[in-house]
Amino acid sequence: MACSVYLARPTATRELALPKQVHLAAHFPGVNNTTVWSDPRAGSHIEFDSFVKLAQTAERAKFDFFFLAEGLRLREQGVQIYDLDVVGRPDTFTVLAALAAVTTHLGLAGTINSTFNEPYEVARQFASLDHLSDGRAAWNVVTSWDAFTGENFRRGGFLAEGDRYTRATQFLATAAELFDSWPADAVVADKTSGVFLRDGSVGGFQHTDQHFDIAGRFNVPRSPQGRPVILQAGDSDGGREFAAATADAIFSRHGTLVEGQKFYEDVKRRLPAYGRTRDSLKVLPAATFILGDTDADAQEKAAVVRRQQVSGATAIKLLEQLWNRDLSGYDPDGPLPEIDPDVSDSHIAKGRASVRMHRDPIATANEWRARAEAEKLSIRDLIVEVTNRQTFIGAPATVATEINDLVQQDAADGFILVPHVTPDGLDEFADTVVPLLQERGVFRTEYSGPTLRDHLGLEVPA
Amino acid sequence: MPDPLHLAVALDGTGWHPASWRSPNARPADLFRPGYWTDLVREAEAGTLDFVTIEDALGLQTDRPDGPDERTDHVRGRLDAILIASRVAPLTSHIGLVPTATVTHTEPFHISKAIATLDYVSRGRAGWRVQVSGRAHEAGHFGRRTLPVLSPGSLDSVAATKAVEDLFEEATDYVEVVRRLWDSWEDDAEIRDAATGRFIDRDKLHYISFDGKYFSVKGPSITPRPPQGQPLVTALAHAPIPYAFAAGSADLAYVTPGDADQARQIVAQIPIPHVFADLVVFLADTEQEARDAKDRLDILDRTVYKSDAAIFTGTPVQLADLLQDWQTAGLTGFRLRPARLPDDLIAITQGLVPELRRRAAFRSSYEASTLRGLLGLPRPANRYEGARVA
Repeated sequence: MACSVYLARPTATRELALPKQVHLAAHFPGVNNTTVWSDPRAGSHIEFDSFVKLAQTAERAKFDFFFLAEGLRLREQGVQIYDLDVVGRPDTFTVLAALAAVTTHLGLAGTINSTFNEPYEVARQFASLDHLSDGRAAWNVVTSWDAFTGENFRRGGFLAEGDRYTRATQFLATAAELFDSWPADAVVADKTSGVFLRDGSVGGFQHTDQHFDIAGRFNVPRSPQGRPVILQAGDSDGGREFAAATADAIFSRHGTLVEGQKFYEDVKRRLPAYGRTRDSLKVLPAATFILGDTDADAQEKAAVVRRQQVSGATAIKLLEQLWNRDLSGYDPDGPLPEIDPDVSDSHIAKGRASVRMHRDPIATANEWRARAEAEKLSIRDLIVEVTNRQTFIGAPATVATEINDLVQQDAADGFILVPHVTPDGLDEFADTVVPLLQERGVFRTEYSGPTLRDHLGLEVPA
Repeated sequence: MPDPLHLAVALDGTGWHPASWRSPNARPADLFRPGYWTDLVREAEAGTLDFVTIEDALGLQTDRPDGPDERTDHVRGRLDAILIASRVAPLTSHIGLVPTATVTHTEPFHISKAIATLDYVSRGRAGWRVQVSGRAHEAGHFGRRTLPVLSPGSLDSVAATKAVEDLFEEATDYVEVVRRLWDSWEDDAEIRDAATGRFIDRDKLHYISFDGKYFSVKGPSITPRPPQGQPLVTALAHAPIPYAFAAGSADLAYVTPGDADQARQIVAQIPIPHVFADLVVFLADTEQEARDAKDRLDILDRTVYKSDAAIFTGTPVQLADLLQDWQTAGLTGFRLRPARLPDDLIAITQGLVPELRRRAAFRSSYEASTLRGLLGLPRPANRYEGARVA
């Protein structure tokens, strides 16, 4: 295995230098059942103190960045607001700008939708955030196409699914033109000569395509990073191509060795076509972790957490998302329904990306029933098994080894860690796993520069 | 003893005089750095001012009414005001933070949650200066509608009046949607009931179901009701249509009278809790020095500075006299626009404020921890309280 590690390294100089460095990000716990709000330690998901706590822990541990997800409509299931998970979140930009005041190096990343925003406004928000954080802003570009979320917006929401990467590509290209419309040296501000701007036409832009027809003058000077770091989370072929063309990092869902290596190689091989090097796009799978004094202790804790994440009521709701039917009459401790899923177009669950992952519900239902019967699993037992998202489980040394192995074997460049408890869920990782990675020389002990591009080893765009 | 005055300061670039960036103490090279804004707001907080406003626009500054100019001798470029306010919030503790945000090309859903979140990160100190944009070149930055290009000669035309009416009608709907979204969660909607597994009581969340001429918004907000319930809504108004808008939609209006009589007439048209007069201020130890300061900047700019608001040049004592005189017209406070930053801000906090305190006309310490509290406004009841989801 060590051999393949070195074969995967592109240049001889890398072998002599440090081992490949691990990148780590902290994802503020989200509005799905991964987050255990019933834990007695669980704090607010809204109060600013919770964000400060997690961000400062991440910065103390020298993480690359802090990440905030976004959802622009409260989820519904069976025509009612879904009430079993955390509900509600603050505005992404506003929280990140406030966090810039209480951190000094940590990158500040947020998801911002390209469907329900306009490039001029988003570009000035990210450029402002980058100025206000001295170069730490990052943008996870997502594109929705559902009319359900569109009901909250003046432009409505409906976008043909096939149009989403066109919209995202054009949105990002337009924003890039705006970011680039001010040269870095545009502001002179010389009191004596009275010259504030080097050039009176600075910020000029004109852009016309299928989605945007805009022209004028951008009003934010070029920010420290030039442009925010771009993150992308798409997994389809179109999404991977979009990332290879435009992103600085991919938020992937492939955190295991074999799946991770496959994904990693697939996106990295797309880069040369865009004139890019392998290092210019970081692959960062989302990951959870459960730590214990020993591996056995961690496994025990993990089993408890899985059942906290999937209560009986949650199990029924998650089952409904595949069955697409009201299953409230079923006993979560009983067997799976004999009735088949409803495969009609309208869906019981709204505002949830995972729904679309069930491509063939009847086949999946048959699999689940067969497994439940073979392993004697109740509805809740089965759902605990099939929705198991736990990535790293073990004593700190075990987890540090797993993370480092996955990175050295090119299954990832690092991980975006999602604690299951807000806001203290990262403390133990910061105190126990990070020092081990540092001892092994694969994770920074000090930030090497002030900007997020510095942390990720990315160049400032020309 | 006089009623206490309320005082706000309007922050814009290096100050309101277009040549202010060339003043000896100006920091034009720091305009796009966070420390610049933190320093200014902390100075205002040291003077126990009620709040600061932060100017903003969806276009580059221009001296032309009909589009961008190509000047190189004035400050150009600015940062998003809501994000400046949130960047400053954790580093201040009592002063209100009132960023400007334009309604004409933006989404009420986004602005609602942004101001609500500013209220969370500042623990109840958020406000919003609602701004309408009638500028054709700003519309061009969005490409979703065209607005008539207004030149000085066409402002009174029928088409221009209709355009202004439409813009304010849209703004009225916009503020209504923002306010409904702020109320769309009842205060005790988050229950975290371990026994039933319910995080929220969904009967305490409300669709706002707004359906108007300009947009429809379903709700509820993704952000729970902010600490103040309803953050402070403010608007600058110069004429009858905006007066009516402010009267119907705002908690506080900024107006621009030339004297106390005009102030009296305007106040009568805006029956809301607070009407502040805007004043541009050049302050110095003597009246002559203040005039000289303005003259120096006018000469640098080769133009005599004019403003929509009255321009005051004089000493802090003279300004205190004027504020107390105008207060008798029914104004509850003033939004002072420092001509030069930081000079005129420091003259306010270290000259005007002590003078007003000597006259028992201004607070000596913060008496409340929220912006509504500083302005004597109660935390409003939720319009949806008790209503049930259909």
